[in-house]
Amino acid sequence: MPAVSKGDGMRGLAVFISDIRNCKSKEAEIKRINKELANIRSKFKGDKALDGYSKKKYVCKLLFIFLLGHDIDFGHMEAVNLLSSNKYTEKQIGYLFISVLVNSNSELIRLINNAIKNDLASRNPTFMCLALHCIANVGSREMAEAFAGEIPRILVAGDTMDSVKQSAALCLLRLYKTSPDLVHMGEWTSRVVHLLNDQHMGVVTAAISLITCLSQKNPEEFKTCISLAVSRLSRIVSSASTDLQDYTYYFVPAPWLSVKLLRLLQCYPPPEDGAVKGRLVECLETILNKAQEPPKSKKVQHSNAKNAILFEAISLIIHYDSEPNLLVRACNQLGQFLQHRETNLRYLALESMCTLASSEFSHEAVKTHIETVINALKTERDVSVRQRAADLLYAMCDRSNAKQIVAEMLSYLETADYSIREEIVLKVAILAEKYAVDYSWYVDTILNLIRIAGDYVSEEVWYRVIQIVINRDDVQGYAAKTVFEALQAPACHENMVKVGGYILGEFGNLIAGDPRSSPLVQFNLLHSKFHLCSVPTRALLLSAYIKFINLFPETKSTIQEVLRSDSQIRNSDVELQQRAVEYLKLSSIASTDVLATVLEEMPPFPERESSILAKLKKKKGPGAVSVSELEDGKKEAGSEINGGGGAESAAAASNASTPSPSADLLGLRSGAAGIGSATGAGSLLVDVFSESGTAATASSGTDENFLRDLDLPTESSDSLLVDSALASDSTPSSALGSEDPAPALPESDELLHKFVCKNNGVLFENHLLQIGIKSEYRQNLGRMYLFFGNKTSMQFIGFSTTVTCPGELQSQLNIQTKPVEPLVEGGAQVQQVLNIECLSDFTEAPLLNIRFRYGGTLQNITLKLPITINKFFQPTEMASQDFFQRWKQLSQPQQEAQKIFKATHPMDSEVLKGKLLGLGTALLENVDPNPENFVCAGVIQTKALQVGCLLRLEPNAQAQMYRLTLRSSKESVSKRLCELVAEQF
Amino acid sequence: MQFMLLFSRQGKLRLQKWYVPLSDKEKKKITRELVQTVLARKPKMCSFLEWRDLKIVYKRYASLYFCCAIEDQDNELITLEIIHRYVELLDKYFGSVCELDIIFNFEKAYFILDEFLLGGEAQETSKKNVLKAIEQADLLQEVRMTCCEQWGEI
Repeated sequence: MPAVSKGDGMRGLAVFISDIRNCKSKEAEIKRINKELANIRSKFKGDKALDGYSKKKYVCKLLFIFLLGHDIDFGHMEAVNLLSSNKYTEKQIGYLFISVLVNSNSELIRLINNAIKNDLASRNPTFMCLALHCIANVGSREMAEAFAGEIPRILVAGDTMDSVKQSAALCLLRLYKTSPDLVHMGEWTSRVVHLLNDQHMGVVTAAISLITCLSQKNPEEFKTCISLAVSRLSRIVSSASTDLQDYTYYFVPAPWLSVKLLRLLQCYPPPEDGAVKGRLVECLETILNKAQEPPKSKKVQHSNAKNAILFEAISLIIHYDSEPNLLVRACNQLGQFLQHRETNLRYLALESMCTLASSEFSHEAVKTHIETVINALKTERDVSVRQRAADLLYAMCDRSNAKQIVAEMLSYLETADYSIREEIVLKVAILAEKYAVDYSWYVDTILNLIRIAGDYVSEEVWYRVIQIVINRDDVQGYAAKTVFEALQAPACHENMVKVGGYILGEFGNLIAGDPRSSPLVQFNLLHSKFHLCSVPTRALLLSAYIKFINLFPETKSTIQEVLRSDSQIRNSDVELQQRAVEYLKLSSIASTDVLATVLEEMPPFPERESSILAKLKKKKGPGAVSVSELEDGKKEAGSEINGGGGAESAAAASNASTPSPSADLLGLRSGAAGIGSATGAGSLLVDVFSESGTAATASSGTDENFLRDLDLPTESSDSLLVDSALASDSTPSSALGSEDPAPALPESDELLHKFVCKNNGVLFENHLLQIGIKSEYRQNLGRMYLFFGNKTSMQFIGFSTTVTCPGELQSQLNIQTKPVEPLVEGGAQVQQVLNIECLSDFTEAPLLNIRFRYGGTLQNITLKLPITINKFFQPTEMASQDFFQRWKQLSQPQQEAQKIFKATHPMDSEVLKGKLLGLGTALLENVDPNPENFVCAGVIQTKALQVGCLLRLEPNAQAQMYRLTLRSSKESVSKRLCELVAEQF
Repeated sequence: MQFMLLFSRQGKLRLQKWYVPLSDKEKKKITRELVQTVLARKPKMCSFLEWRDLKIVYKRYASLYFCCAIEDQDNELITLEIIHRYVELLDKYFGSVCELDIIFNFEKAYFILDEFLLGGEAQETSKKNVLKAIEQADLLQEVRMTCCEQWGEI
């Protein structure tokens, strides 16, 4: 045991700690702890009153046990008792226990607060500090409620001791962070700001943290701190290293305070007052000058403290972004650090330079360090430093150095750590697109990316290259030639096959003149990869084949042969089989004209922000800032836009208009995410087919959807079934499992409520399965598409779904569907169509049961289908007078349902409007005399009857409450609607 | 600063101080993850790393790692010196501190930290002043105070 015992040692505690340390095994340790816990418990429960020392010792032991990682569920009361002890050490241990093991037990909180209150009132500075430390450590709302009013008073009172002031300032800061609404500076503001002038450096150091936080939230009120901060900083910067005595740290005067002052100034723009500004610029220059002076000590603490100030000063210079001279000096200083022997400094210099690169004043200066940064990327031994170097290269890239930087990043990619490959891929893809002078370079770069790091090339990246090739006809021939060459490699990445398949399917004709890449050669090349690819890629290749038939009639018989083979037409994968069957049929029955229309070249994509950029932004917080700053800050942005394909021009517009810029661009994604785009065309075609019975009317039109356009139903009887389903009244048919359906998931009501105001989205998702929904309703009819996506790489076997209408719902709702394929391949998606007829109004929701085997275990999930009565709303427009007339007509108590409830979402009126429209009713403007209120009207359409409904929603922003009133001719409808709608806000 | 952790080379947690409200479960998870990450790093690597949306600043003193989590706009180098100053305070108080001192006198390690940092911010950076406060407290334990009210009148 070491010689401890400063102050009063607790022998029992030391013995216990020794015992624990001597335990040979985890089991022995637990045994010893349990023995001790039993002992302490019996002592606490014993009849004999414990003296303060024993209580302190046992509480301390409990604390030790807790810090070892064990749960402690008693002793809180004893700790609270210690708070009111007269002995300082007992009180101190009591407070420590409370700080570490707060318990929200309200009874205890009251007692604790009481003890704190006594100590704050004691006027004993040591006790006051203990109490303040406890508040700052716990920082709970209850404490804020109790003390937020008292502490500012202590902070500014003239007779408060310095040490208490320090604690009070930081205690208040903690309370402000947890409960800003409870901390009101008001009348104290000016006196708090003036703490910056306090004689005691410690008080200033503590107070400035509070002032900085308050200034961020209320800059205007705390504005006066600017000049005070500048003069304080100026005094420190110009002081000799001995002036500040104990506040000098390794020959650096007050480094913590200096950093905090510079940080505070970053809450504000440059000072308006010329004299203040001049003084500040002088300070910054002095700090930059000092960096050039020889160090006063060889200790790393000296250089760290000095450089901490320097980096903070550079942050301020970058924040102002208005002093070209300072910016360039900062850049040169950082340039020196890039080659420093301290890894920490190199890291920080790279990081800081990244933000400098976005300033127009220093962008060029940053660029001069390109060789050093490239070298860092190649030679740094620490991956986090290499990561910074890659970030900086990305930030300093412009048209003049893009080729060099992209080439360096590509070559780095070959050896890059796996953890950062995906990010590098995204960065290369963005730079290549943004600074492409000629698009053949762009195509080469992306294909290189796929070659070097195919696994890390996300869908966004290869979608984008296709998008650009399709939009720019000057690069199409080159792209076709290049992918053709790339595909010659015996082993090429599947992403290369995807890009190759798509591009040759569209533009293979551009290189078909050369006998070395004749149509058949192209086809054979693609087909040689077919058997190595996954299902989605094979599906894409099949589409490329049918496009080939249109481009090159001479390949028709060969391709038909392939489609006809058992491995295609009887493929166990339903998607592939369907494509093979449909394409074969299409190629044999459609005339050349029809083929040419259906398989027309893809129309240009609408301009939009590169989804890669969106992905990078999402992936990386800090990096993303520099991306957007770079774009906003570039004065010559116009010249960077590369004609039609430029990403930047569209960026601003689509930032606002595209809710999800990373959405599936090409509709190619066959996994569960492709729901949105997949079905529109599909259902259209189904309808077309049932009427005309031939494929001839199908047209790709302007739909962006390359593959789904062609998703024709397998047989015409299919579509008939879909359309005739409403007439039949067979019970929902699905393979019945041997077990009963599981009860509905507990969250199924919540999931149901998500869909009251919308028709499409993801209904359910777990680690195996994703269920997407797309639905449409007209009158009393509806159609719902369910998409079951297998998220795993293994098959689902015996996949079956059952839709049931429990109880009386059977007579209110008629739902027809067909069984789904019992086998769902890994990564594949199956679709099921439900046809819905509303016979009369209803309250319950139909149940959807899904069963399948995954890896031997039976999965059995039951959900509520989001078919709610409001789906059958027909909006009704009416004038104010009519509305109130009807409102009065429906004034019987049972016709009205009302709910008053608390807002669970922000009360944004646009959001409210959107939701009410989503409900299916008409939103009536200028009807309610109070413009804050919303009124809606609609008629629910069922087969048996129509129910007119009126809705009124009265938000009370102050109370964050709503009152919702529904009136309709039917009690059950009013009630149900009221329940459903109340869940939405 | 959001939290500070002290742990040994064997990954044993010696001190934990949290300046943001987190559940015990989250604290344990963060601790486990961070200890693993930091221990896996090689000696000459840089003292800073990005972790979730925080910056981690750490430094090893003998068998102990001192590890702070700071926010994006916080200063890494000054945090490194916060760690150093805390080590100096412990050293001065215990007289050439070692891991055992912190194990056996963990409560003192917490008291010293509270005098130095409060709510995650530097409260008093003067070594003399911090130690004075702690020594005064140590003296107080010898004095038996029979009546608190007496103090009020001083």
